[in-house]
Amino acid sequence: MSKESHPGKERWDLVIGSDSSFFSSQLALLWRYRDLILLLVKRDFTAQYKQSILGPLWHVLQPIVQTIIYATLFGFLLNVSTEGVPRGMFFLSGFVLWNFFAPSFTSISNTFVSNASIFGKVYFPRMTAPIAVLFSNLIKFCIHFAIFLVVMLIYMGTGKDVHPTWYALLTPVYLFILALMALGLGLIISSLTTKYRDVSHFLPYFVQMLMFFTPVLYPPAQWKQYEWILRLSPLTPVIEAFRYSWIGSGGQVSGEGLLYSTVFAIIVFFCGAWLFARMERSFMDTV
Amino acid sequence: MNDTVIRIEHLSKRYRLGVITASSLGDDLRQLVRRMRGGKTAFPAGEDKNELWALRDVSFDVQKGEVLGIVGKNGAGKSTLLKILSRVTAPSSGTISIRGRVASLLEVGTGFHPELTGRENVFLNGAILGMTRAEIRRQFDEIVDFAGVEKFIDTPVKRYSSGMYVRLAFAVAAHLEPEILIVDEVLAVGDADFQKKCLGKMKSASTAEGRTVLFVSHNMPAVKSLCTKAVMLKNGALELHGSVHEVVNRYFAKEAGMKGIVEDAYRTANSGEAKYLRIELLGADDKTIDEVYYGAPMRIRLHFEAAAELKGLLFDVKACTSDGMVITHTYNTVDDRAAWTFSPGGHVCEVTMDNHLQPGKYSLTVGMHHLNFNTIDYVENIYDFTILDIAKPEEKDKPYTFFHGFVKAGSRWARLS
Repeated sequence: MSKESHPGKERWDLVIGSDSSFFSSQLALLWRYRDLILLLVKRDFTAQYKQSILGPLWHVLQPIVQTIIYATLFGFLLNVSTEGVPRGMFFLSGFVLWNFFAPSFTSISNTFVSNASIFGKVYFPRMTAPIAVLFSNLIKFCIHFAIFLVVMLIYMGTGKDVHPTWYALLTPVYLFILALMALGLGLIISSLTTKYRDVSHFLPYFVQMLMFFTPVLYPPAQWKQYEWILRLSPLTPVIEAFRYSWIGSGGQVSGEGLLYSTVFAIIVFFCGAWLFARMERSFMDTV
Repeated sequence: MNDTVIRIEHLSKRYRLGVITASSLGDDLRQLVRRMRGGKTAFPAGEDKNELWALRDVSFDVQKGEVLGIVGKNGAGKSTLLKILSRVTAPSSGTISIRGRVASLLEVGTGFHPELTGRENVFLNGAILGMTRAEIRRQFDEIVDFAGVEKFIDTPVKRYSSGMYVRLAFAVAAHLEPEILIVDEVLAVGDADFQKKCLGKMKSASTAEGRTVLFVSHNMPAVKSLCTKAVMLKNGALELHGSVHEVVNRYFAKEAGMKGIVEDAYRTANSGEAKYLRIELLGADDKTIDEVYYGAPMRIRLHFEAAAELKGLLFDVKACTSDGMVITHTYNTVDDRAAWTFSPGGHVCEVTMDNHLQPGKYSLTVGMHHLNFNTIDYVENIYDFTILDIAKPEEKDKPYTFFHGFVKAGSRWARLS
């Protein structure tokens, strides 16, 4: 092979050792395995609704059904105030982002457990699995977002006070912050899960709590003197900014808030990536 | 010219035993505190009874184009070595240096999704194994052809027969074109024709294409026919690295000791539910023997110990050549299998086998299985014996005759003209 390599010094393509120096080479590796990411995303989509009559239509139906359920519960039964914003718009604008964040976070958290059988047999950069999850949720977001736009046009057509602002151009930034957060938190949880399975049992409750501590379904002012608790959630500024950006009310675009979210996202991302890189080398011994 | 493609240096792997409980969280926290106070505590000095060294200071080189057999009994460290080689887990210390792309067939069909079609799975599985889509597309027809599933390539694989499934999975892996191929007894799958195809593929990979193959197996005849060199692992350490012949002989060699005593290191497989303690070959006066008269029935007594109550047991006894080829084989009868239940503790079974063996050296292999053939205990070539070329003691002075082969022909000759 590499006969022309230096005579005294040997050249190896790969050295497997006990110390972890994988972190820097991860990105290059991920690029080499981009086809795998693509195929994992594809698998996610084709396999999910196979052998169902409505098939891919479920991707469209799911958010609509969810909005109707919550709108009925919170809007008509509990009569939660949405500060004058049309209820459908208010809920939908919250859900569109939440449905990107929460499923991403949950499935990334289960990376090691749900892929244990594959990870146990072949090597490929483990990070491909969480990245694929992000992309497939991003595609789902696009579908949900399209529905959101359609509903918005209907509201505008009926003369309701709903209008996008220039801040809407920041949408990719909002998504990026959420993606980084879902990835970081998910990687942290998934690394802990390999050893302490308790974490994964607690996770659904945590996600549900997080939703109620984030103004997905109601404006923060609803909590009156406890509003500051909602302000602690790093998701709050992003959801509020997104809502204001697209419907022109029911939230705010706060520079400090977004900065808080961004810093939080970056910190959890690096913690998560560090933990994950440590875990991926030895998790087979414990999982 | 340096043709070393794999260099393994002082490789060790330590596992922590025991279940993960709240106390392991306590241990982790304590270790974290210790580490924060300075000093590396990843490897506390001294032996810990809660840890197991699956591999200990293993070093050897593999040359380009070699077909290296990796053999060893249950718990010798073979699978750990493969896992480290295929980067599924990391070593505790030591390094492996590799030149070229490695593909492992630790288990075929990894990542196959039952809902996806054969075509979709070929691409997905190929990508998991490290191929790009372009590479897979280039080889696609050949893969499908090799597996023989053209007609069903657009059917979800959950509708495949298990044979088709395995063939397709193996076909993908076999077309990886890696410089180094790791094969772990996948040849146990598929029908005889397909097995032949796989062996052929492995052979051509090494001879015609100059690839390096690491072949892990318990099947000594297969190791003998395929491999050019072999290593034997024992209790995590490298026992022998040499010619296939040497290694196979060592594999079956028993340490000097009482004949027929089964030590744990001899077991090829064990599930923990029961184990053989002693195997005896008995003569007419109930004494153990290691020479059997030509044609004389063989009485084999199996002493074993059950750890829990066992219902429905399948015992098997094989007479093998000294390099592990099975000559003949017997099971307990179907009625016995279902009826025999054993309480925890020691038990004895006996089988009397008609003897159709030609004179020569043989050995007994014994197994114990559940009715679904899941193995409980398996010990190969545990009792060496010789079939004499005489049928009774009085014949010991008769002139020497040649015997070929392993099985008595039982023939009648006549002169017709």
